Amino acid sequence: MSILENIKIALQALNSNKLRAVLTTLGIIIGVAAVIAVVSVVQGLSYLITSELQAAGADFIIVVPNRPRGEAGEMLGRIELTYEDGLAVKEKASEVREFSPLLQRRTTVKFADDHTFTNVFGTTSSFQEINNHYVDRGRFLTKLDNDHRKRICVLGKKVVEDLDIRGNPLGRGVSIGKLSFTIVGVLEEKGQALGQNADDICIIPFKTSRLLFGEEATRRLVLYFRAQSAENIELAKEQITETLRKQHSLKSEQPDDFLVLLQKDLLERIGTILGSITAVVAGIVGISLVVGGIGIMNIMLVSVTERTREIGIRKAVGAKRRDIVFQFLIEAIILSLIGGTIGIILGYSLGTMVTKFIPQLPPAHVPLWAIALGFGFSTLVGLFFGIYPAARAGKLDPIEALRYE
Amino acid sequence: MLIKLSNIEKIYKMGLAEIRAVDGVSMEVEANEYIAIMGPSGSGKSTLMNLMGCLDTPTSGSYILNDMEVAHLKDDKLAEIRNKEIGFVFQVFNLLPRANAWQNVELPLIYSNISAKERRKRVLQALEAVGLGDRVSHRPSELSGGERQRVAIARALVNNPSLLLADEPTGNLDSKMGEEIMLVFDRLYEHMNTIIVVTHEEHIARHAKRVIRLLDGKIISDERMD
Repeated sequence: MSILENIKIALQALNSNKLRAVLTTLGIIIGVAAVIAVVSVVQGLSYLITSELQAAGADFIIVVPNRPRGEAGEMLGRIELTYEDGLAVKEKASEVREFSPLLQRRTTVKFADDHTFTNVFGTTSSFQEINNHYVDRGRFLTKLDNDHRKRICVLGKKVVEDLDIRGNPLGRGVSIGKLSFTIVGVLEEKGQALGQNADDICIIPFKTSRLLFGEEATRRLVLYFRAQSAENIELAKEQITETLRKQHSLKSEQPDDFLVLLQKDLLERIGTILGSITAVVAGIVGISLVVGGIGIMNIMLVSVTERTREIGIRKAVGAKRRDIVFQFLIEAIILSLIGGTIGIILGYSLGTMVTKFIPQLPPAHVPLWAIALGFGFSTLVGLFFGIYPAARAGKLDPIEALRYE
Repeated sequence: MLIKLSNIEKIYKMGLAEIRAVDGVSMEVEANEYIAIMGPSGSGKSTLMNLMGCLDTPTSGSYILNDMEVAHLKDDKLAEIRNKEIGFVFQVFNLLPRANAWQNVELPLIYSNISAKERRKRVLQALEAVGLGDRVSHRPSELSGGERQRVAIARALVNNPSLLLADEPTGNLDSKMGEEIMLVFDRLYEHMNTIIVVTHEEHIARHAKRVIRLLDGKIISDERMD
């Protein structure tokens, strides 16, 4: 007996009891919908982060101060990462082409009677290229601004709005902390991303930020570098590590007191984090699939009992045990696949809805593998939980089955 | 010779008691015979029919069907024999309620891997043989009792079996419809089929050419009518 015949029989049987079929698959629907919804949101996030990081370029390197965990970390003194470290790297590491320090503080910026609490970044001219965030009006910081500790700033759109600066902001004065600054540029609008507003930002020359926040604040910086080429990025990493270890006079038994992160490392890390989120959710969802599977087993057992006489008739006219087993197994799988299909559609709609209502989240994105996974799981659930009822149907004695009322 | 039963026994165990439903039956059936098996209820005639129909296997004895020993075959082998060699007609019709007449008749062919084209031909032939060529898409619930039984007969015939087994085929029909069904059997007999009807009604048995009477699992008489 062909699979096609079996599918036809299964569809006929399910068709005669549509409501029951749908109710039975509710567990599967919910399980698969949850997987797809979560995956679509997480994948959207990952897609966004990945594309932002990739926009930064494969030659992008970040160095952050870091105390290793446990005993190794205790072998180190103060953890520092300074502007001078960055300069030394740029000088000695032949594979490094550009460098930009980053000092970030949240502080108050004032304009006339208005003030706003925002992210103040002390950095240098290469920041806009590294962050892929360019000026819309006016100009960005220059090397000269930094060298002369100029009191100028570049504002994000949100800061301009919050300070209620009307007309042309260029040339106007704001005060940051105790110092007063002149606005020389306004950044293009970037909007919300990952819960952070990229427009809520005020950029000042790095050396000026030393004046503003004091020498102490500039001793634990984040350093941005660009390698000469993406191909030799591992070499650049080695050179940076070597230079910084020398700068920090670390002995050979001491671990690094910093972390060199390449774009691909970051991608990997984010991938790992998002992957574990997905895995946890998948685990929870697995439980719901088991519950759904038990529902299917239950209704298949009912169905086998209800159709005892049908099984007897089929056996009397020549159905072998495996014909009957296949018939019920395929019915269970189809039942479960129907649930899977509804679940995938529902999950995607749910994911889309969630991302629509929470503006910080990027649009939902369902990868093909998630759909394949949804179908694969529901098939497996149907197969696994269909085996017992199907085997019972196959084992029925034709005489007794024919006598069944 | 089509069938040769030798000393067939079927014993059921009910706790400590043994019930000898069929107690040493031996008989022979030639092709194109028309036999009625009679007996009061509990005489073992249904059990004997189940054994001859390969729905069940005997506790002991030998059953040769078409030169093949079938008394102790495995389930799947028996299913194959039921499919190819035997057509059943039951008292309660036993049609699939959700399937229409066509699909019901097609059922044995589905289990014997016959091409769709060949199936169409044979189903139509079988339905026409019982005079239901125009009722193919009706479901059992849309057919009269007599029509339902004729669908069941068409199903029994469709695979050209060596043996037609009917268990009280008129038991659920009024006498007029019952007589019609027996006329269908008479015609099938004329077309060289071998028919065994189990019944407890004398007027049904009168259609047959040979009557075998059972009592307590044993054959008490075997007479040919002319």
